[in-house]
Amino acid sequence: MRVAVASGKGGTGKTTLAVGLAVSLASEGADEPGGGHGPPPLLLDCDVEAPDARVFLRPEIERSVAASVSVPEVHHDRCTLCGDCVEVCAYHALAVLGGQVRLFAELCHGCGSCTLVCPTGAITETSREVGCLELGSGAGVQLAQGILNIGEAMPVPVIRQLKDWARPGPGQVMILDAPPGTSCPMVETVRGSDFVILVTEPTPFGLHDLALAVDVLKELKLPAGIVVNRDGSAYLEMERFCADQGLPILLRIPFERAIAEGIAKGGTLVDVHPEYAALLRQTMASITEIVAGASAAASSTAAASRQTAGGPGHDWRGS
Amino acid sequence: MKQLVVLSGKGGTGKTVVTAAFAYLASRGQRPSGAVCVDADVDAANLELLVGRRRTEEHEFVGASLAEVDPGLCIGCEICLDVCRFGAVRLADDGWSYQVDALACEGCASCFHQCPVEAIRLVPQLAGYWYRSESYDGAPFFHARLRPGQENSGKLVTLIKEQALSAATDGGYPLMIVDGPPGIACPAIAASTGADVGLIVAEPTAAGLQDLERAVAMAAYFQLRSVVCVNKSDLHEAGSRAIQDRCRALGVDVLSPIPFDEAVPRTMAEGRPVTELSPDSPASRSLVRLWKDVREVLADTN
Repeated sequence: MRVAVASGKGGTGKTTLAVGLAVSLASEGADEPGGGHGPPPLLLDCDVEAPDARVFLRPEIERSVAASVSVPEVHHDRCTLCGDCVEVCAYHALAVLGGQVRLFAELCHGCGSCTLVCPTGAITETSREVGCLELGSGAGVQLAQGILNIGEAMPVPVIRQLKDWARPGPGQVMILDAPPGTSCPMVETVRGSDFVILVTEPTPFGLHDLALAVDVLKELKLPAGIVVNRDGSAYLEMERFCADQGLPILLRIPFERAIAEGIAKGGTLVDVHPEYAALLRQTMASITEIVAGASAAASSTAAASRQTAGGPGHDWRGS
Repeated sequence: MKQLVVLSGKGGTGKTVVTAAFAYLASRGQRPSGAVCVDADVDAANLELLVGRRRTEEHEFVGASLAEVDPGLCIGCEICLDVCRFGAVRLADDGWSYQVDALACEGCASCFHQCPVEAIRLVPQLAGYWYRSESYDGAPFFHARLRPGQENSGKLVTLIKEQALSAATDGGYPLMIVDGPPGIACPAIAASTGADVGLIVAEPTAAGLQDLERAVAMAAYFQLRSVVCVNKSDLHEAGSRAIQDRCRALGVDVLSPIPFDEAVPRTMAEGRPVTELSPDSPASRSLVRLWKDVREVLADTN
């Protein structure tokens, strides 16, 4: 199962929750005779601009590879300066300057269009490193993280390669920690998940950005649920929003100085309050149930629509 | 005219709270000169909730053109599927023609150029909206809303900053304040371009420290002078000291800190800057000091 943790607003507690879920799954059955069972959970830190899960898991890195994008290399001896490559480049990464085709590498998306249109085969591709991918273990959790190099503009290729590189093994639960926002890096992270947890805080800012994130997930047809962090005074508008949208509230983490201090020191929710291990496992169990219910509903919907042409559409919430 | 960009590597450190406080102080504080504000966090724009008084203009933002397959013309040759590097080409429901997933398409047009039967066209996308509003005393305030899941947030940031620059020039404003997005990539780079000073708002946590270092490194990479302010500084004293030590080692100035103060969330919920509603709160008094520090740093740049 793949569960992504996202939010519109930054700093709502995505990493706190993602790490909490992972360590609580890792500790499952650890106090029973014979120890834990099953593979350790895999946490993918897809916030490649600010990869913070490592701060809490303190992993030993076992493997590391470069994350790179393909960029064109122009062989000037074969180039006739026809300009076809410049014309097809949607990102203005190629230009004819000083009698040569030149590349502005940081603008290149690596689409390969220039290579395909070059009539004289003067363009080949080479790879340019934009970050790295690392795999390690800490606190019983397998951590895979992407780290974008300083000065690089595009996080999406690093996220895409991370997801491709660190695939979960059979029966392994994968938790993806998304970057804040609602644009391409967040979409790239949550794409292909079975469920998305949106972490929010009960404030007007939190609600404003939560609504944006919910819009993205609707468009992606991904089922979602809410974790309210720094919960305290009831913020009725947020409760109403979640009810209207049919979004289940999976967990409430109170606004509490002990938690804030514990996280500030690099601790996890389970370090601060050991009882969170059971609570977070319960959260995971209710997600598993929702996902199982959705796939059962989807197959019965499919069966129904086979019988009656144009049956009910698939409900994005998966309820 | 000077440009200040408010940054942070980590999200939720208080960029918008600081920017809103400055917007208020620029108009109503001591020696007011006014400032043009920009909310460059276009995928989660919140500054309007605190300083927007009135929207005066709304414009469409047309982003990249994305590929669309005409199923009536598609011959199912799969060339588009082969050339797409973004996994955006999918088999359509009819089981033999192809279609493009708009959320995965990066608008490179490779499929458009390679399609042998011209079944693919490029369709400009409405990627969002941008607005001109008024903040305090009619000062221009530019903000935007990127449609969810869209690309090109950097382009939209650049567009509203250009608008803000010309409004600042026209109105004779001496300062532009840009509320940046979290992170260190495309939109943060676009928000920082042309700035004189980057104020990095940090939180005194283990994660905050490493994200601050990445933000400082990003600023240095683009030769932007950065200064640091620790928000909620008393929440974790050891964390605050660690940030100060690290900044000293990096040669980055640490300005006046902001203490944890419940007046901040309370005034946020009321939709106004803390410096306006609770001017005597500890946070507001600290923000006034910080504003003075920042103006000195700005005056020091040329």
